[in-house]
Amino acid sequence: MKLECKHVWEHISEYLDKTLDVQLLVDIEKHLENCEVCSAILDSTRNILILTADDRTFELPVGYSERLHIKLEEAMKEDPNPDKEQGPPHFS
Amino acid sequence: MVDASSNESGLIRRILAGETALFHELIRPYEKMVYVTIFAMLRNETEAEDGAQQVLINAFRHLKSFRGEAKFSTWLVTIAMNEGRRRLRKAKTAAEDSIETSLEEHEGDFTPAFLTDWREIPSEALERKELRGKLREAVEALPTIYREVFVLRDLEELNQEETAAALGITIGTVKVRLHRARMMLQKTLVPYLKQAAPARKGFFGRMFQ
Repeated sequence: MKLECKHVWEHISEYLDKTLDVQLLVDIEKHLENCEVCSAILDSTRNILILTADDRTFELPVGYSERLHIKLEEAMKEDPNPDKEQGPPHFS
Repeated sequence: MVDASSNESGLIRRILAGETALFHELIRPYEKMVYVTIFAMLRNETEAEDGAQQVLINAFRHLKSFRGEAKFSTWLVTIAMNEGRRRLRKAKTAAEDSIETSLEEHEGDFTPAFLTDWREIPSEALERKELRGKLREAVEALPTIYREVFVLRDLEELNQEETAAALGITIGTVKVRLHRARMMLQKTLVPYLKQAAPARKGFFGRMFQ
């Protein structure tokens, strides 16, 4: 089936997640081969997701880890027992 | 994300049996994840740090309730998301909430921004501090219902089922909101990338195909 660009844009997210139906995937890939606009939109979306998920984008405040473990230590001293188990914990 | 579930199960058993100091070791790989989740929701460093501390203290106190049906990281990030939502609700006026809820019902199609000449390698682009700021701002500017799905799916890499369970919504809603979030980010960020792209286009070709 021949797809309109607008139809392709509606499925960019599923395309990136690889959750498209096989037939729709084939149609979209065919469209992408010949459509520079949609290919560029797809590439830029993919790159933006790579950039936002990169470790450097959201950084920790300086000293965060040290302060966190000091707070934890204090909380653990205050109440040293996590809700005690009656028997062994269950893990599946 | 660290996949160390068997080691984690062992640590958790020992912590519950009384070796509580091991909790520091257990949560170390996830400190950042907890902070980023709350920060992306609250958009405030001090509040996010305070929230992250609270989440990890709560995780220690309620460690028994982690049964291993989910990954430990998913359990933690769900607690973090709930803490972020709780603090956000507290800080927000009812008026703002209703604006955001109505968005989902009335938002129409998105027309993505078109970019032909961005050839910058993503990892090099991130060396630019102002781009990192722009990316954070764009995520922070997403309406809450889209931002929370984006944070869990694309920043913390939860799957659709885990995200749906954490937020109490259907998988279908996760998909729709994630698509909209990504398209909003695309539209916001592409013009900026285009402007900011250094004069190296054509040199590297397209990356990450």
